[in-house]
Amino acid sequence: MSAAPDHAPTIVRAGLRDRLAPHVPLLLIPVLIVLGFVSIGSPSSWLTLTVSGLAMGMMIFIMASGLTLVFGLMDVINFGHGAFVSVGAFVGITVLLALGGMTGSPSLALNMAALLLAVVAAMLATGIIGWGFEKVIVEPVYGAHLKQILVTMGGLIIVEELILVAWGPDEIFFTRPETLQGAFTFAGAAIERYRLVAVVFGLALFLAMRFVLRSTKIGLIVRAGVENGEMVQALGYRLRAVFIGVFIAGSALAGLGGVMWALYQEVITAHMGAGIMVLVFIVVIMGGLGSVEGCFIAALLVGLTQNYVAFLEPKLALISNIGLMVLILMWRPQGMMPVVKAK
Amino acid sequence: MLIRLISGDTPRSPILAAILLIILLGLAFAPFVFPGTRSVDTAARICIFIVLVASYDLMLGYAGIVSFAHTMFFGIGAYGVALASIHMGRGFDALVVGSVSGAIAAAVLALVIGLFSLRVRAIFFAMITLAVASAFAVLVSQLSNLTGGEDGLNYQIPRALTAAQRYLEEPFFGVRVNGKLVNYYVVFFGSLIVFLILLRIVNSPFGRVLQAIRENDFRTEAIGYRVVYYRTTATILSAVAASLAGSLFAIWLRYVGPDTTLSFDIMIDILLMVVIGGMGTMYGAMIGATIFVLAQNYLQNLMGAAEEALQSVGVPLLPLFLNPDRWLLWLGILFVLSVYFFPTGVVGRLRRRG
Repeated sequence: MSAAPDHAPTIVRAGLRDRLAPHVPLLLIPVLIVLGFVSIGSPSSWLTLTVSGLAMGMMIFIMASGLTLVFGLMDVINFGHGAFVSVGAFVGITVLLALGGMTGSPSLALNMAALLLAVVAAMLATGIIGWGFEKVIVEPVYGAHLKQILVTMGGLIIVEELILVAWGPDEIFFTRPETLQGAFTFAGAAIERYRLVAVVFGLALFLAMRFVLRSTKIGLIVRAGVENGEMVQALGYRLRAVFIGVFIAGSALAGLGGVMWALYQEVITAHMGAGIMVLVFIVVIMGGLGSVEGCFIAALLVGLTQNYVAFLEPKLALISNIGLMVLILMWRPQGMMPVVKAK
Repeated sequence: MLIRLISGDTPRSPILAAILLIILLGLAFAPFVFPGTRSVDTAARICIFIVLVASYDLMLGYAGIVSFAHTMFFGIGAYGVALASIHMGRGFDALVVGSVSGAIAAAVLALVIGLFSLRVRAIFFAMITLAVASAFAVLVSQLSNLTGGEDGLNYQIPRALTAAQRYLEEPFFGVRVNGKLVNYYVVFFGSLIVFLILLRIVNSPFGRVLQAIRENDFRTEAIGYRVVYYRTTATILSAVAASLAGSLFAIWLRYVGPDTTLSFDIMIDILLMVVIGGMGTMYGAMIGATIFVLAQNYLQNLMGAAEEALQSVGVPLLPLFLNPDRWLLWLGILFVLSVYFFPTGVVGRLRRRG
């Protein structure tokens, strides 16, 4: 009888290539910015466009992050997400208009207080509506994609119509709070104040969200749930409750995105949410369903592309995003940073 | 013969059969039974939307694919006729060339979208079609030197199809026999033919495979059918039928514009019609389209009357919900309720009872 062969398991560290592969998409943003610089030529226009592209990307990210997490967790695709954007915008702007005294004064503190109140009101409203939406519209159709798409679409119609009932059919125009108006010049480029605020705010929100997902227990459960929900449930966590929480948070974020988007556009309509959803879906698909980081990168790419192309060839702005999505999907068919296995 | 004509897919319920017969006869004799420009226009719209909704049902109800690009194909057909009529001049050849080239363009586009997004996962298809369709609508409204932009295009159709052409001096059963009447029957028979072809397709072995894919795609693949191939083919067929419906619409209206053919509102209308009528049955399209177009044209009057009545009584708040512009709210609620409680729609309900 011969002795058992030597058993010496070794863990070979993955090669540099393999370790870097998941992070490659990060490189796309600087590449795109450089590409934009080369094709635009004028540094000052390039800087203006880059800031506004980043601002737009941040806002899209805020709206899309909830959607991608909701999908990752419960395999629920919510076509009614745009409704929360609209509701958030209407509630937020109504509060801002009611606080006219505070927004009209040139004091930064008062402006910010008014803005904060508006954002809180919008997020509360959309959070509550999101909770109701989940209970009434989404819960009965878990697991059936076809019905989910149809029912959430129906929910979108109903919420849009209710907005029209509550606020009337006209577009509402308004101006931003005093201190957020206007632009300043930096290195020869005119940069709108609000866009810079949006970039900083979006970045902060992304970092906060990343912190919650990476470094807290609830974040751990959410990420584990996205990757393998059954296992998390087997370990004794009520994934359903976590999911409702994420849905509410996602809706509230959509509401926040709605307020920011409304301030960016300075006009609100009931259909604005459905309109922006096109970009949101492109971002969610490009990023990889369920991935917050992928969503962030994709949102910035979309925002930048949209602004660069709109400057170079205005008619191709929206097509360019579709083209970008096609390229990304040809490179990585599941999106840039896929988390959810193909179900 | 009759059974063969409807591909052996009988209504299987006396009530359903009666309703369908009423719709068919009503549409066939619409200019005589309901004279008047508005009612004939409504009838033509119903014909066209029946085809459009039936073609959408081929995808949604039979193959289980959700697409938001159906208005894009509809618009391609309509713009095909419009562009051909403008560039080739007034004539029947322009109508034929426009319809055919529109159908080919729709098929190619559907093939590209299908091959690209149906391979990955079905849910991508819904999102990607939404994005592509809205990009297409924006493109059409921006390329104004080609498509007329937001204003759309006005063009001339052959004189034989317009009211200027008289065929009989005397009115026939009280209806003036002119080109407009012929135009209506072009739309009616065109729609009827496409509808019967669609009925043939869904009742063929191909249609059975689609239903199998809808129920369980994994199993269908395991039995040996290439799911991607079948889904893509269904998408293409549906796109072609939609584009033909668009061509008929363009012939009827003598105008195309982004709002009448490409807007997302029409897409939502189609969804409502399919679901309310009944998914997975071509007859559902007939019922859904008829109910919806009638509601669109006449429910608003009813709601306006109700609103005024309530306002005069002094009920607060409720009149706001009954404002004629809010009719979509009620149909939206009906839509959600139908998805939950009778996903097979009116037709499925009637058939089960029958």
